[in-house]
Amino acid sequence: MSEAPDITIYRLQACPFCERAVRKLNELDLPYRSRFVEPMHSERNVVKRVSGKRSVPAIVDENTGVTMSESANIVEYLEATYGGG
Amino acid sequence: MVDFPVTELGPADHVEVGEQAPDFTRPLVNAEYWEDVALSDLYGEEPVVLVFHPMDGDFPSTYVWNEIRERAWGEHATVVGCSISSPYEHKRFVAERRLDGDPAYRLFSDPGNGVAEAYGIAHELDGMTGIAEPRPSVFVVDGEGTVEYAWVATEWPEFPDYDEVEAVVRDR
Repeated sequence: MSEAPDITIYRLQACPFCERAVRKLNELDLPYRSRFVEPMHSERNVVKRVSGKRSVPAIVDENTGVTMSESANIVEYLEATYGGG
Repeated sequence: MVDFPVTELGPADHVEVGEQAPDFTRPLVNAEYWEDVALSDLYGEEPVVLVFHPMDGDFPSTYVWNEIRERAWGEHATVVGCSISSPYEHKRFVAERRLDGDPAYRLFSDPGNGVAEAYGIAHELDGMTGIAEPRPSVFVVDGEGTVEYAWVATEWPEFPDYDEVEAVVRDR
């Protein structure tokens, strides 16, 4: 049985902004799970429910209790929280 | 008895009762999203019923999932499907067949058919060159990953014995 990672990223296949956030997660060697949603905004209720917005990427970090949208914010947050200077 | 002509598939060299269910990780699709999940992540108090079905949209898939939903198997087990359909197709199928209720049913997506190969139930489709999918099959797996019940179609089309599966998941 595998342990669920603290960080969940909601992403869209082939979305450059999502890939940017994923690259940062990989760069910092952070375990995460990917939840893929569909392109249509109307099909993204789960993202709206967890983050308040329908935009992706969005991350949920159980470790800090932070939920966040927008790739620039996410990259900045990950760097500040896990970058270790 | 069926009253239409069926095609013989012959016996399959499939995973048997008492054997360990081959573990695998594939995208598991629900009404809202999909994520990689291992079969073993689903092991718990309730048995896991792994239902291999043909591509989403053909009539056997529709029949099988209507029946499972009507019989509410999900009240007694963690019931998941597996077909070669993509996550996008699965998500529509979940909505069309109303599998997103309570209990809810999720579907593994295995376009490469590798899971079917691991279970010994891969089946080349006649008239669709280059496409292989699982034979219709049902495996009931306990919390330790041991196969408690196995049914694999030997004819095409063929449907599971729903009462038999239900007896296995109810009488525990």
